Amino acid sequence: MIVETKYYKINETIKLESGRELKEVEVAYETYGELNGTKDNAILLLHALTGDAHAAGYHEGDSKPGWWDDMVGSGKAFDTDKYFVICSNMLGGCKGTTGPSSINPDTGREYGLDFPVITIEDVVKVQKKLIDFLGVKKLCVAGGSMGGMQAMEWALSYDEMVSHVIIIASTPKLSAQSIAFNAVGRNAILSDPNWNNGNYYHGEKPDKGLAIARMVGHITYLCEEAMHSKFARRFQDKDSPDFSFDIDFEVESYLAHQGKIFVDRFDANSYLYITKAVDYFDIEAKYGSLEEAFKNTHAKYLIMSFSSDWLFPTAQSKELCNALMKNKKDVSFCEIESPCGHDAFLLEYETQTNIIKSFLKEEVNE
Amino acid sequence: MNKHYLESKGLHLNYSIITNMIEPNLSVLDLGCGDGTLLKMLKNKGINARGIDINQDNIVKCLEKGLPVIQGDIDEGLQEYPDKSYDYVVLNQTLQSTEKPDFVIKEMLRVGNKVVVSFPNFGYWKVRFYLMFKGKMPKSRILPFQWYDTPNIHLLTIDDFYDFAKSQDFKIEQKICMTKAKVRKSILQKLFDNLFTEEVIFVISK
Repeated sequence: MIVETKYYKINETIKLESGRELKEVEVAYETYGELNGTKDNAILLLHALTGDAHAAGYHEGDSKPGWWDDMVGSGKAFDTDKYFVICSNMLGGCKGTTGPSSINPDTGREYGLDFPVITIEDVVKVQKKLIDFLGVKKLCVAGGSMGGMQAMEWALSYDEMVSHVIIIASTPKLSAQSIAFNAVGRNAILSDPNWNNGNYYHGEKPDKGLAIARMVGHITYLCEEAMHSKFARRFQDKDSPDFSFDIDFEVESYLAHQGKIFVDRFDANSYLYITKAVDYFDIEAKYGSLEEAFKNTHAKYLIMSFSSDWLFPTAQSKELCNALMKNKKDVSFCEIESPCGHDAFLLEYETQTNIIKSFLKEEVNE
Repeated sequence: MNKHYLESKGLHLNYSIITNMIEPNLSVLDLGCGDGTLLKMLKNKGINARGIDINQDNIVKCLEKGLPVIQGDIDEGLQEYPDKSYDYVVLNQTLQSTEKPDFVIKEMLRVGNKVVVSFPNFGYWKVRFYLMFKGKMPKSRILPFQWYDTPNIHLLTIDDFYDFAKSQDFKIEQKICMTKAKVRKSILQKLFDNLFTEEVIFVISK
């Protein structure tokens, strides 16, 4: 499946949760499958922290498919023979949608720190504009990790449009521990001399800081078991230690590699803005309680967690599930056994496919 | 849930009896809901039913039927469920397979206004005869397992359940006796229910 990223420019000013405004917001998006006549067969996929609009298929000339290609396509969990699948890059990102690396129409230069602080609510507000532009009337929203937060926000903000909500390895609010890891990542960027208060777009970039942020991130996406089975205590390309501070262990080499390839595809300022949006997300604080928040929603919910995920642990998914149950909502919950940590939501596609397919299956009353 | 039991013939009777006794619009929590057959029947009657099952394949089967289902282990209790949050809590043919039946029943009575519990009666005369004359652990249509691989680790009789009701201080509101997949109401049956009943459904409350 050869696909291409399209762009939609929003003609109106977007009013943000902080009170600030953004104009001429552009959204990068991709679609797969066809919208039906009643315009109610859409599925909006919501990407995680560093994802993009390219969820499935191949871009012309590329050897790697989109980030959720295992799940999106003909006969797959999000079946493009049946559904009109949409994925867009989030507001604040750096993959085609307006973010801190975009040109500020007021100054003609990159936004940098002039970009307003955004929230998950703002991100979803921009997605809604795209969905309206595409003519969708009713949709399923689905996402893992931060994508799951956006799915919750959709259910809360646009209840009338949302029929199904699929929340994978996510949480209604981050724990202090998860905020702490994000803070370390941000501090690595902020303390890189090249960061230069966010003005680095015409010189050296804060690659060291961003790479360290990514390394920290990768530790949280795995788990002890996954790290042990991947690397154990093996040395990288040697049998004994160097007695130096160069890379000795395989795990060091892995993290260094992840950091290195990340800086080529991601903007440090976007990383700051997006992790902040995730940290701020707290449904309870906004609505008083989870129960109160979801009281007037009407969608069907599917919540999934992974047994070895300590970044977005099962207990957080269950908390959301319990609040929905107390409200007598149509909610199902499943904890998938996996040794892959938080990353499982991108890896364990067979089990997820089974569960999502049955959840989306049209109900037949015999 | 006891899979072989599910496949045995008499089960749909169980399902219909339970479905018939619950009014539309009431809420039901079905513990060990299996593939969701009972949940589906309840839902079709307009009952607000939700299932809990430990097995992921069963979760998938329930989802396919469009039923809300939560993965969980009933032996760990129902602590996430508030007091009296369901009209009925159902435990169909699973009591004898739980690790702590007393704890499970206590939790059910806490969460539900009424509790429906069914189990095979180990006091049934055929079971007694089997043990007496063959001298081996009884096997039958509804008890098909070998002693070493049975999920039925807490088998009980109707009389055991009466004692249990007294010691745990709950009320028995209704009792339905079944033998050979039919409801039995003869006088003999009533006088000697523990002898002539193959399986039983109790409705209890606190």
